[in-house]
Amino acid sequence: MSADRDRTPSPRVDVCVIGAGPAGALIAERLADRGHEVVVLEAGREFDFDSRIDRMERSIRPAHGGLSVWEMGGERDAYSSTGEWFYPLNTARVKGVGGSTLHWQGMVMRLHESDFETDSRFGVGDDWPIEYADLKPYYAEGEKVLGVAGASDNPFAPPRDEPHPMPAFEPSYSDSLFAEACENLGVTMHSVPNARNSESYDGDSQCVGYGTCKPVCPSGAKYDATRTIDDAREAGARVIDRVPVQRLHHDDAGETVTAAEYVTPDGTTHRQEAREFVVACGGVETPRLLLLSESSAYPDGLANSSGLVGRYFMDHLFAGTGGVLDERTRQKHVGFLTSGTHQFYDDPTVGTEQGIPAADADRAEMTPMKLEFFNYAGPSPVEMALDGETWGDDLLGELREGYGNSIAMGGLVGQRPRKDSYIGLDPSTTDDHGNPVPEVHWRVDDATERAIRRANDIQRTILEALGAEITWQVGPEDTGPAYHHMGTTRMGTDPTESVVSPRLRTHDLDNCWIAGSSVFVTSGAMNPTLTIAALALKAADHIDDAL
Amino acid sequence: MRLTRRDAVAALAAAGVAVGGGATLLSDSPEKSDASPLDDGTVATLVAAAEVLYPSEVEDTEPFVTRYVQRRNADEPDRATAVADTVAYLDEYTDAWFDAAFASLNPADRDDAFRRMGVDTADPDPDGSDVERLRYYVVNELLFALYSSPTGGKLVGLENPRGNPGGLGSYQRGPQS
Ligand SMILES: Cc1cc2nc3c(=O)[nH]c(=O)nc-3n(C[C@H](O)[C@H](O)[C@H](O)COP(=O)(O)OP(=O)(O)OC[C@H]3O[C@@H](n4cnc5c(N)ncnc54)[C@H](O)[C@@H]3O)c2cc1C
Ligand code: SF4
Repeated sequence: MSADRDRTPSPRVDVCVIGAGPAGALIAERLADRGHEVVVLEAGREFDFDSRIDRMERSIRPAHGGLSVWEMGGERDAYSSTGEWFYPLNTARVKGVGGSTLHWQGMVMRLHESDFETDSRFGVGDDWPIEYADLKPYYAEGEKVLGVAGASDNPFAPPRDEPHPMPAFEPSYSDSLFAEACENLGVTMHSVPNARNSESYDGDSQCVGYGTCKPVCPSGAKYDATRTIDDAREAGARVIDRVPVQRLHHDDAGETVTAAEYVTPDGTTHRQEAREFVVACGGVETPRLLLLSESSAYPDGLANSSGLVGRYFMDHLFAGTGGVLDERTRQKHVGFLTSGTHQFYDDPTVGTEQGIPAADADRAEMTPMKLEFFNYAGPSPVEMALDGETWGDDLLGELREGYGNSIAMGGLVGQRPRKDSYIGLDPSTTDDHGNPVPEVHWRVDDATERAIRRANDIQRTILEALGAEITWQVGPEDTGPAYHHMGTTRMGTDPTESVVSPRLRTHDLDNCWIAGSSVFVTSGAMNPTLTIAALALKAADHIDDAL
Repeated sequence: MRLTRRDAVAALAAAGVAVGGGATLLSDSPEKSDASPLDDGTVATLVAAAEVLYPSEVEDTEPFVTRYVQRRNADEPDRATAVADTVAYLDEYTDAWFDAAFASLNPADRDDAFRRMGVDTADPDPDGSDVERLRYYVVNELLFALYSSPTGGKLVGLENPRGNPGGLGSYQRGPQS
């Protein structure tokens, strides 16, 4: 199915959803399925499924920059990075029908109970106004929609009532190399839940092992939100691509949003009117759109009487350690992970009796972490070949030297919410429509840096137990973001301390809802999209009630 | 190690060709010569280049490269023109320096010609200088074909290289040799 060629607005609809990533797609699908009239406005374009193989080649061949795979960058996507650490925004998102899931890795875990209660449990951060139990049924439903392959072998995972919809991927040969060392050290390995088909699922292909999942899965075995958009269309939703929303308009009283103003590729401006509006533009563009929609009633930005729109910007940070073994490790056959350990998630300071020393710190001094065993350590031969300065037997010698014995662990570490880490507007630069670009002012705290170091220590201990020679480590000095944009329209019950209510509606406006990780109060250390899906399904229920 | 039809199909799949039509490519039906977008001389030059670019262990380079480049450029006239132009440049260059077309040079001279023109350190760029285009349309094109195929992968111990839809078995298996 392709996007609507007619880009004129529909007569006032029930629901206008802005953004066709997983958050917007899920709400559109649920509400259309319940008989509501839904229009989805998406800034980027609808990519042809058949172009994915070309996109894969672009991702492998060095002539094409990584951003070209999903056509990111340029004036449309200009931004400024003003925080202590540079933030590479355009590698961290995709604009198009499907949103950033076109590019994502597809790791999907539930947050832990502790993530919702960091203040009451550890005296740090803030509590969410909802608990894990409130989201539990939505998590289960989200796993069905995203098609999650997983197993119940993770003793550290929060409680669940039913198995994953698909069996987990079998562990890799590489995982088996870690198994003995981990057992000796008292570290429990378990499967990694993947939004990726371990068998064919709902008409979509089983994973066939292209190995290029991030940034593109040519078979469609990796979930992306184009699947949900297709379902939304089938349920009657209208999806219009290449129509960036410029601002939201409200009534005189400042109580309801009346229209979303958007521009078509030929420069025409239209207004889509609706009874309910859902902003689902991702953790950076959602606050930006609200800030751009300032008015006399909302001089600091729509729905921003708390002054917190854009504040508390968080991401997860990468921690990794790698090296070489004196045996073959069989990396790079597939582009996803099959084993990890969440043993150090709830309390990263604990050690094991068998050899992981406890950290010399309190739980409150660290953020959560999850650790993973890589299936794609070291260089990829085809990419080495294309970047090489030789060929023939010499090149083959280099490839044999470079590929084969690499081994590595990765992991994500959560960050504390802090008000001075924010998404704002930078009026000194404008985008292709003359709007101030997003300013990413990202700041990280000491607890996060301590947790990264802790993750590195555990990784080093495991790899050394394996007999690896450690050749690299990504620690607090050279870490980077995991591209999970959280916190910028946080959820809460107090309208002076949060932007949306536990029902995901803005405190300020009656019919303006927000879907996405911008509503997260804390980051946890789990990739956010399953939680985004669960919250979107919850929001859909509340919007349905409101209608 | 022998390059097979299956490798050509896999390499083409990685390059976005014949994904659905893999079966036709594998079958014994003769190549559709009327659809051939590249002339024999261009193909022969690409084969001659591959003989230098591919390691000596590789056998059956000629049918592999022929099948690959013909199919790859079949419905892509712009690409075919770019490949032909780049190959013409290669011949001009060796004409000037070695007094002969590239394909008629011995392998050592072909290797020398590539290095002399700096293709070893050139950035691959489809819109760049002659040498950068050569790196893109000839050198990297042929290396991509080889190393995204199962046989190319096997040379380094990776039967399912990136870009090849080799299934879910190999990542679970231990070393094969
Ligand atoms: C490389 C990479 C790897 C990742 N890996 C994982 C992973 O393994 N697991 C995980 O859970 N998450 C992962 N993520 C994050 C995941 O992709 C996001 O959490 C998820 O896509 C967010 O969903 P969303 O719908 O909120 O926003 P998005 O998917 O970003 O979609 C937002 C959409 O809104 C559109 N939009 C923005 N502004 C406007 C406007 N003004 N008007 C109209 N439309 C607009 C955008 O064009 C975009 O299409 C990864 C991300 C990246 C980049
Ligand atoms: S390994 Fe599987 S999920 Fe990844 S790109 Fe290939 S088919 Fe898609």
